[in-house]
Amino acid sequence: MNAVEYAKPQSIDDAIRALNNAPAGARVLAGGTDLLVQLRAGHVRPPVIVDLKGIAELRRIEVTATGFRIGAAVAGAELGEHAQFAAEWPGVTEAFHLIGSTQIQGRATMGGNLCNASPAADSVPALIAAGARCVIVGASGTREVAVEEVVSGPGKTTLAKGEFISEFLIARRQAHSGDAYLRFIPRTEMDIAVASAGVCLTLDDKGLCTAARVSLGAVAPTALLVADCAKALIGTSLDDAALAKLAAAASAACAPINDKRGTIEFRTKVAGVLARRAATIAAQRARGN
Amino acid sequence: MAKHHVTTTVNRQPVELLCDTSETLLDVLRDELGLTGSKEGCGSGDCGACSVLMDGRLVCACLVLAVEATGHEITTIEGIAEGNTLHPIQQQFLEDAALQCGICTPGFVVAAKALLDRNPDPTETEVRFWLAGNLCRCTGYDKIVRAVLTAAAKMREEAVHG
Amino acid sequence: MGNEKEALKAGIEQGTYKWVGTRPIRPDGADKVTGRAAFGADLDLPGMVTGTVLRSPHAHARIRSIDTSAARALPGVLAVVTGADFPELPNEVAAGGEAPINFRHISENVIARAKVLYDGHAVAAVAATSAEIAAEALSRIKVDYEVLPHVIDVLDAMREDAPVLHEGLITNGVEPAPTKASNIAGRVEFAMGDVAQGFAEAEIIIERSYTTAAVHQGYIEPHACVASVTADGAATIWCSSQGQFMVREFCSKVLSMDIGNIRVTPAEIGGGFGGKTTVYLEPLAVALAQRSGRPVHMVMTRSEVFRASGPTSGTHVHIKLGAKRDGSFVAGEMELKYQAGAFPGSPAFLGGMTGFSCYEIPHAKAVCWDVVSNRPKCAAYRAPGAPMASFGVESAIDELAQQLNMDPLELRLKNAAKTGTRTIYGPKFLEIGYAETLQAAKAHPHWSAPLGPNQGRGIASGFWFNIGGQSSAAVHVNENGSVSVVTGNPDIGGSRASMAIMAAEVLGMDLDQVKPVIGDTGQIAYSFLTGGSRVTFATGMAVVQAAENVVEQLRQRAAKLWKIDVEHVIWRDGAAHCTKADEAARAPLSLAEIAHQAGRTGGPISGGVSINAAGAGPGFGTHICDVEVDPETGGVKVLRYTAIQDVGRAIHPSYVEGQLQGGAVQGIGWALNEEYVYDAKGRLQNAGFLDYRMPVCSDLPMIDTVLVEVPNPAHPYGVRGVGEVPIVPPLAAVANAVSRAAGLRMTDLPLSPPRLLAAIDGAKAAG
Repeated sequence: MNAVEYAKPQSIDDAIRALNNAPAGARVLAGGTDLLVQLRAGHVRPPVIVDLKGIAELRRIEVTATGFRIGAAVAGAELGEHAQFAAEWPGVTEAFHLIGSTQIQGRATMGGNLCNASPAADSVPALIAAGARCVIVGASGTREVAVEEVVSGPGKTTLAKGEFISEFLIARRQAHSGDAYLRFIPRTEMDIAVASAGVCLTLDDKGLCTAARVSLGAVAPTALLVADCAKALIGTSLDDAALAKLAAAASAACAPINDKRGTIEFRTKVAGVLARRAATIAAQRARGN
Repeated sequence: MAKHHVTTTVNRQPVELLCDTSETLLDVLRDELGLTGSKEGCGSGDCGACSVLMDGRLVCACLVLAVEATGHEITTIEGIAEGNTLHPIQQQFLEDAALQCGICTPGFVVAAKALLDRNPDPTETEVRFWLAGNLCRCTGYDKIVRAVLTAAAKMREEAVHG
Repeated sequence: MGNEKEALKAGIEQGTYKWVGTRPIRPDGADKVTGRAAFGADLDLPGMVTGTVLRSPHAHARIRSIDTSAARALPGVLAVVTGADFPELPNEVAAGGEAPINFRHISENVIARAKVLYDGHAVAAVAATSAEIAAEALSRIKVDYEVLPHVIDVLDAMREDAPVLHEGLITNGVEPAPTKASNIAGRVEFAMGDVAQGFAEAEIIIERSYTTAAVHQGYIEPHACVASVTADGAATIWCSSQGQFMVREFCSKVLSMDIGNIRVTPAEIGGGFGGKTTVYLEPLAVALAQRSGRPVHMVMTRSEVFRASGPTSGTHVHIKLGAKRDGSFVAGEMELKYQAGAFPGSPAFLGGMTGFSCYEIPHAKAVCWDVVSNRPKCAAYRAPGAPMASFGVESAIDELAQQLNMDPLELRLKNAAKTGTRTIYGPKFLEIGYAETLQAAKAHPHWSAPLGPNQGRGIASGFWFNIGGQSSAAVHVNENGSVSVVTGNPDIGGSRASMAIMAAEVLGMDLDQVKPVIGDTGQIAYSFLTGGSRVTFATGMAVVQAAENVVEQLRQRAAKLWKIDVEHVIWRDGAAHCTKADEAARAPLSLAEIAHQAGRTGGPISGGVSINAAGAGPGFGTHICDVEVDPETGGVKVLRYTAIQDVGRAIHPSYVEGQLQGGAVQGIGWALNEEYVYDAKGRLQNAGFLDYRMPVCSDLPMIDTVLVEVPNPAHPYGVRGVGEVPIVPPLAAVANAVSRAAGLRMTDLPLSPPRLLAAIDGAKAAG
């Protein structure tokens, strides 16, 4: 029965050092909405918990000419209150906002939602669709990877020991672009996504789709970036035929499981429906921009 | 390792306590500080019965480590009324019979206060989604939602004429 | 006294009450909105330690051995108990409130003996100086299990080749008695008329099977208690339950303790809905307190609540309903197969008694099967057994209406039970208000509001007996004329308010001068638990009688002070009035004045009564539900909901409405998403609020209510129980709405999106 140690470093370097010196099983604490549940249930008993919320860089949202830098430990409620980000990336904002209750929003972070590595994490498909990248820091240096490269399977990431995400990089919205995220849950709140879809697309002056990214959640071991879905949209005016093709491509990409939250058949079909509906919303937003 | 020495503020009073890393804010509120108004309904952030304000932001005390409270201001249900004067939300819960067994009530009151502090004129839909993290099994939520809307109206009235 | 009685009766007729029917603030309200009210987990005693339970990870296993030595050796561990530390009880069946109780089963459910029978079944308990040490101690207990084949589903459990839970279980109620043990604990049949003849007369027959999932009461407060035992063996238990006397009796049985050596103090209870009508932790806490010499505090985790406290039965219900072309019912038959959980005692028979009771059906029969399987033992849940049978009947009626092209409300009205209608369980109804609920539904704007695409409207009704039973109340007059009203029933949803209102009404005094108190088992005489919708009726009747007794004393005291005969004193508006012709000008004597002088007229004034209340008026309700179905996802949104009920007389209408609203929403959850999900190994997969999916605030519209008042003549104010009925109609009201919106008949609950979408797509594929 070893006690759990707690460290609250004030800088990225100190955090790297703390994690590097920690015995195996050390856990990073950002929002804690998953970690504390696991602790309480006795599923984990880390030798040390490294709290990242003391690091200023991880708590801030920065806007530059080219993009947003969102600290990995920014809470959902804090990002939701950032009017400019919400205006430019409504899909990402909504996705992050869908994670849990108001209470959870006060704590949950983008870094935590990604690194918890649940296939059903709400913010992840939206971030992937948005083309977001993240900055990973560690003893061996700093690297930048696409969000879709972080999670390798349920509960597993590609982060090396001692590495953590410091911030997310999301471009400024381009002209005639829009994003959207939809998930299906049986209730209206407080559920884990049974299937989800994030869509980001860009139109040309004539309303033809020139670029698209479509990501699906809860239908495979990790969130998927589905190239066939993008193909179904690019070059079209997002008419019914293109949207039907998108839905079919989304369903075809699914490799879900049967569990307490849904069936294979249900997830496969609904992922297509959600992709189509999200694309419709994203297109409306793109036309309005 | 030794216990953590936590210095924090609870209901406007300075508080010092000792805790282990694995203890939650809810554990120390209830077991160390005797503030049992925050209830543990699930221990996993799914019921909202332990809702408290941390620097004015609504959180579940079961999802905050006690050690994280260092340097923050915590408001619990015990800190919502001003002395013996009930907060308008508390008063309206009584007048509208917005509680039956009462176990969820502290969490709802704290959550509703956090809402009205931000949004003095919420719609029914806004109230319902804001309170979706607070489970009530007795009332079907009807009278709770009405009480929050009525309290909001009375507080706006008070702000204008008060 | 005679005057008082007449005044009460006149009051019923004219509805001229000072307090009954008003909406005052509840007496315990301030403590509950400020966090001061002390619930089960909130007590702290000097020297208190933590108790924790080791639970079975297996659905069915024989316990070969339990080695607790490593746990006992851990510093900080003060006591460890297993099934061997508890007396082995004989099969002793006692009458419960709504279902019989076998104390052997209660005991073996509290802690397993030879076998564990479900995932979560308690096998050992530990008391330690901290929760952490207790958890570590549990991990050091070695249980050697021989895992046995298990069975979860009710139909599977009834099969000839099913693994048998109890080697000695011979089906009760079957002639001749089977010679082999099975999981079928019992068969009960109710019948009236001749169903064969009835179906022969029928011009149209609807016959279908329906299923419902096991669902949990979902109270937000987990089970919690503190037990303390003195050196001379006297135990005190503080706990949240639906009955302090139930806890005392059950603990005395399970621990083989003298009932006089146990005192139970009721904490505030954070919801029960029937789920806190039995014991889980209390006997363990007493046993640990006996061995540790310390007060022991035990609280279930939410996961333990789901895994190891009683949900209600999942069921398989078969309905056959015969009618004439004009819609009149001629015959009804139901076969009910209910999961009891690990020990016998499902409410199947209550389903059989209630399922057809809204209707006049000349020929009816109900066959009810009580079946054990490897699930937690079911506990009462609001109108236990009724919603599932009613779901089948009310769905069949909706389908009949569709086939006859009749309005489903008119079809119900045509066949509605009324005064004099015979029930399948024997008695004929006295004054009831079922048809009045249908008339109110018809008149409600909801019933005729337009519907949009993919929307549907469902209607369904429900019945519950309501019960009376043993209750005690004491009214004590304080020196200043204020009064205390002591009862023995935990206040689960505002009953302090209704007790105070009734006492104030009888005494004609200000409500704020009446303080209701819930007594512990040493402070008030026996009272059967809070359940069966009995408290406002039965305990309320005791309060009324105790208050009347006090009025009688007050008149005598006034007579003494005035030195006149008591028949010249009447009690009116909280004061004694002299009616003697030549002395009528005397100023009235107020309650305060009489109380102040009580020492001079015979001592303190106090009235206590204990009664066995009979005449609980049956309750009927009718609910209307609008839904919208998303045909591409199977998602269902409840758009509008109206609950209408005959409540007899609403003492505090706000809390009566609250019962209707809360019951309706529990029923909506039951219909749409709630269910126990087991994996192939018989382990519960969704033992938490996240995946159990009770309705949240944003899932719902306002729940409109209509209180129909057809007074119950057996109660001084006309009260009928109201808490149970509102969970009966929603299952079918929602399912009928969904079925009409989707254009297909949904017969299996919950109507979860995967199930509904599969049905919609299946119907499309079938063309």
